[in-house]
Amino acid sequence: MSSMLKKAAVVSIPTVRQALIRSNPVLANALLAKRSYNSKGGVEMTVRDALNSALEEEMIADEKVYLLGEEVGQYNGAYKVSKGLLDKFGPKRVIDTPITESGFCGLAVGSAFAGLKPVCEFMTWNFAMQAIDQIVNSAAKTHYMSGGNVDCPITFRGPNGAASGVAAQHSQCFAAWYGSVPGLKVVSPWNSEDAKGLLKAAIRDPNPVVVLENELMYGISFPMSEAALSKDFVVEIGKAKIEKEGSDITIVAHSRSVGFALEAAELLEKQGVCKAEVINLRSIRPLDIDTIIKSVKKTNRLVTVEGGWPQYGVGSEICAQIMESEAFDHLDAPVVRVTGADIPTPYAANLESFAFPDTEVIARVVQRTLNKKIGA
Amino acid sequence: MYSRISARALARVIPSQAVKASPALATSSRTFATSAMSLDAKKKERVKVHFPGALDSHFSQVLEIREKMEPIDTFRVMDTDGKVLDSSLEPKVTEEFATKIYKDMLTLNVMDLILYEAQRQGRISFYMTNAGEEAYIGSAAALDAEDEIFGQYREAGTLLYRGFTLDQFMNQCYSNDMDLGKGRQMPVHYGSKALHFQTISSPLATQLPQASGAAYAIKRSGRKNCVMCYFGEGAASEGDFHAALNIAATTSAPVIFFCRNNGFAISTPASEQYKGDGIASRGVGYGMHTIRVDGNDVWAVYKATQEARKIAVEQHKPVLIEAMTYRVGHHSTSDDSSAYRSKKEVEDWKRHDNPMVRMRKWLESKGWWDESRENAHKSTQRTAVLKAFAAAEKRKKPQVSEMFNDVYDKLTPNLLEQKKELEELIKKYPEHYDTSNYAKEN
Repeated sequence: MSSMLKKAAVVSIPTVRQALIRSNPVLANALLAKRSYNSKGGVEMTVRDALNSALEEEMIADEKVYLLGEEVGQYNGAYKVSKGLLDKFGPKRVIDTPITESGFCGLAVGSAFAGLKPVCEFMTWNFAMQAIDQIVNSAAKTHYMSGGNVDCPITFRGPNGAASGVAAQHSQCFAAWYGSVPGLKVVSPWNSEDAKGLLKAAIRDPNPVVVLENELMYGISFPMSEAALSKDFVVEIGKAKIEKEGSDITIVAHSRSVGFALEAAELLEKQGVCKAEVINLRSIRPLDIDTIIKSVKKTNRLVTVEGGWPQYGVGSEICAQIMESEAFDHLDAPVVRVTGADIPTPYAANLESFAFPDTEVIARVVQRTLNKKIGA
Repeated sequence: MYSRISARALARVIPSQAVKASPALATSSRTFATSAMSLDAKKKERVKVHFPGALDSHFSQVLEIREKMEPIDTFRVMDTDGKVLDSSLEPKVTEEFATKIYKDMLTLNVMDLILYEAQRQGRISFYMTNAGEEAYIGSAAALDAEDEIFGQYREAGTLLYRGFTLDQFMNQCYSNDMDLGKGRQMPVHYGSKALHFQTISSPLATQLPQASGAAYAIKRSGRKNCVMCYFGEGAASEGDFHAALNIAATTSAPVIFFCRNNGFAISTPASEQYKGDGIASRGVGYGMHTIRVDGNDVWAVYKATQEARKIAVEQHKPVLIEAMTYRVGHHSTSDDSSAYRSKKEVEDWKRHDNPMVRMRKWLESKGWWDESRENAHKSTQRTAVLKAFAAAEKRKKPQVSEMFNDVYDKLTPNLLEQKKELEELIKKYPEHYDTSNYAKEN
């Protein structure tokens, strides 16, 4: 059972962070952004700018790459991810479309069949449900069903997961949906390096790739290594990254949850509770289960963290694969999933904050898992 | 034509006499709204709207509620006896060109008959025939060989016209080791990169927006080609149809949308499928060049497609063609059409408006065809189809390992793991995993 259900009962006062995000998201982003666990380096970049530079670099590198979606051109994108690209590349390569997800998504898929490399932006992944047949039945399967004759080098991207104050129909994670489809690759970046490297890899990949960004991360800055600033920088799809090494317990997370997992690990280390290893999943499919297995064999304990729903989720998949692997014999405690609550996301701010995992909940679950022992 | 449309609308708001008196005024129903000023003055007075959403409209003091537009005419060249109705429309084609079209129509019939029976005998799992709609081959004849085709599923004739061999058809239907699609699709889901024919996809209407996208890619490449996209009138009720036409129009994509309006979407008759003037009326609504054509008339279909192609390739604009026809066969081998239409109705169509008969009679009037050629072609094609059929049936199924290939460009770790596991199982338990019917691994 998901730990989140218990959270609602336990936590009655929103944390300072949640109060801050609620009252002033911009300030919150600025303050929260100071903490960082990735590359040391002088240059900081927001996730938004990292995505923008990935798009620009790949459009310069390959004439076949083009961007299309609602308001990506003149308006610079609903979340300004495509800022300046229309001016730089013109309307032939940055296309504002009518409001028809199945239409422009289908158009993108067809152009990929015909040799172009479209980047199809969904204003949010929620709206892509209008076009999911094109993504699942056409983009993902045509290479296979055509006997390998028709390629579909396409990137689908947009913000995924819970946003802030936009209620149930705009706040949900699609990692489990797309992660279950053979023929799709699915990535879920957390910081600026992930965002840039994974989007570039997605555009270069000859297969259809779903890029699940997170709206709440767009404005947050992270340091960029010198390598990450290069136009040749890519993050390999299908490989997880150990963000923080540890010996006592493994925490696996993706997207925004990676930040909370790292905070929880830091907190527990300061309190002298444990040294947790934090794995940033980066790719949902292919899933880098080997990195998790290796870590679990070292730490003997595992907690998964995600913003999506518990049932049939990313955490569920990791639990199942760990049970089927040799890591199972190394577990000293049952694996626990920390997930979003099993409800449509509430609009009310206080309820919304209860519905998703944060640092405090992760820290509590980690501590509880450390205290448990199989058979005890 | 536009004035006729307005004339009809006009008739509801003004005395009919006024319309009769001055048909020239029909373009403007508004002129009758008020009174005394001279009509010329009134015309000059017409003021265009300034709204961004309908730039060509004028203000009017007449509340006009339109229910119907003037139905779009159906273009035809030949009558049902294959006689050209207007000598200026006489096709200027060679004997070789004309007989190739007809021979392909005949071959398609022969192949359909044999494969339909094969399905009935349980030798293949599924099939769809083309009977009644063979004249669409005329559209293939009007295309360039490098125009991309996005089919629905009942367009095998276009592939035949482009040179897909009988062996290739049979190998696909038998999903054997020579099938270009490696046995991964149901029968009739053909595809050929060499012949610019996109692999058929089962979900209805998804090919329409994709065709717009392929057309956009062609436009960008500067190639002097277009995309031909086939679909049925039933598919035109899907959201993807509307999405595709709107996006093709707004991106000025060189694509021809070719609707085979055969009267039935499986069992649903066209009368229950939509209420407007067929599918063609919608093209105008999307600001698109639109043609309605007699889909049982090869030369009308040919001519319409030729003209549509010119607009698509030279002006980079989409065109909608609605070809009116009648599906003589069942929808597929999963359907028995006698449940929803009488056998007599079908027989009447076969007898009175048969695309095969119309084309044959036209050829005979030219002295390019006769009974003996008909029998000779049918008989050689029957032998050829049966030979290809027998050869395809005998072949082994694709290699077992093909089960895992092409999910991605390269095998991912989980695929490698599954493949290895299966190989081990087959090796360990040969009595349970008989692979003798599959092609040998390389």
